[in-house]
Amino acid sequence: MLTSNMVLGGIVIPWELLQQSFWPILIEGIKVTIPLTLISFFFGIIIALITALVRISNIKPLRWIFTVYVSAIRGTPLLVQLFIIFYLLPELNIMIDPYPTAIIAFSLNVGAYASEIIRASILSVPKGQWEAGFTIGMTYRKTLFRVILPQALRVSVPPLSNSFISLVKETSLASQILVTELFRKSQQIGATNLDQIVYIYILAAFIYWIICFVLSLAQHQLERRLDRYTAR
Amino acid sequence: MLAVKGLKKTFGTNTVLKSIDMQVDKGKVIAILGPSGSGKTTLLRCLNALEIPDEGIVGFEDHQVDFSEKVKQQELIKLRRKSGMVFQSYNLFPHRTVLENVMEGPVQVQKRDKQTVRAEAIELLDKVGLKDKKDLYPYQLSGGQQQRVGIARALAIKPELMLFDEPTSALDPELIGEVLRVMRDLANEGWTMVVVTHEIKFAQEIADKIIFIDGGVIVEQGPPAEVLSNPKEERTQRFLHRILNPTE
Repeated sequence: MLTSNMVLGGIVIPWELLQQSFWPILIEGIKVTIPLTLISFFFGIIIALITALVRISNIKPLRWIFTVYVSAIRGTPLLVQLFIIFYLLPELNIMIDPYPTAIIAFSLNVGAYASEIIRASILSVPKGQWEAGFTIGMTYRKTLFRVILPQALRVSVPPLSNSFISLVKETSLASQILVTELFRKSQQIGATNLDQIVYIYILAAFIYWIICFVLSLAQHQLERRLDRYTAR
Repeated sequence: MLAVKGLKKTFGTNTVLKSIDMQVDKGKVIAILGPSGSGKTTLLRCLNALEIPDEGIVGFEDHQVDFSEKVKQQELIKLRRKSGMVFQSYNLFPHRTVLENVMEGPVQVQKRDKQTVRAEAIELLDKVGLKDKKDLYPYQLSGGQQQRVGIARALAIKPELMLFDEPTSALDPELIGEVLRVMRDLANEGWTMVVVTHEIKFAQEIADKIIFIDGGVIVEQGPPAEVLSNPKEERTQRFLHRILNPTE
């Protein structure tokens, strides 16, 4: 029944083409988009944590450098950042593929935004928690890692999950520097089916939606697990 | 055991402690009384460097810190490890169980054997009447129970001195008694304690010495029988009158 084109209110939906395109696009999503997101997010969080810790510390010159970094990333479009890194690396005689180039750009981008989330979460932990750590003899570092960060990370899970889900969609920009991910695959299929290109893009959107929907379910589970020590 | 000399502390333009001298003898309980804003909490917090005094000496027999000079972080940590502190707002670690809260100091800071510490921690929880709550999280306890865990956590590091910062001020009236009972037990066991409190009757009962502080200076000090029953200074008299006759 769904093997040929269906006519709905005068619109012809190319079911056959959509069925043929679904797996190739989804596979690029699984093979490229998701790993690109995961790897970038992983490095992004490491950068974010370091940035947040430096910015709450009192190491003056370092603080200044990281503040400029956060400001620059937040003040410029991700697409422009992606292009700059794509064209800058060869200028520096660093020859790497578009895929790792995209990872560098996305990690730096996530690092800046997530550092603000983590910094705010650290500052949201009551001062009394620092003092409780100090009075049982802990150093600043020990209090930070044993007392403050576990509580701060709990607070930062919902906003970080949002960043993660945003990143899934933002990786579509990597298509612009020739990374064959979910969206670029759709463009390629669309290019050979120009009459039905809008349906291919709707299909791509649908696949992004499925991925993000599954991730938001996972986010919900994670938040429930982390709730175990707080009264709700 | 502890001698404080010429302690001064200013917040911005507000001088909170003008020049405090005090002495804490081993095994004695000192109660610090005073109107709100008098500097009593700041004084207590200077004793373990939660506030850094501008000037003055906080000296234990084997470790003196002179705040008139620049003090190294290491010196502050060493000073802090002399005393245990109980906070008005408990400040338990919400992400750890009751037992983990008590074990945190000895295991993470003092690097003592986990099994020994665990046994000691359970003993301490038994002493404050909360052995059966050891696996609960702080949010599952009442304020009075949380504060008793706070006391056990402070005792666990085996401090020389116990500091209490208005330990019952955040509690519902019916929960105050259970915390005061634990503190009375500690006093009877010979713990050296400095207690900032509004509980005059309790201070009268357990303190060996009362320090009345107002406007950043010690106005009067001595045994409870003198300071509370026959205060010499007018400011002390007025304060006691106000606190004992709150509706007048």
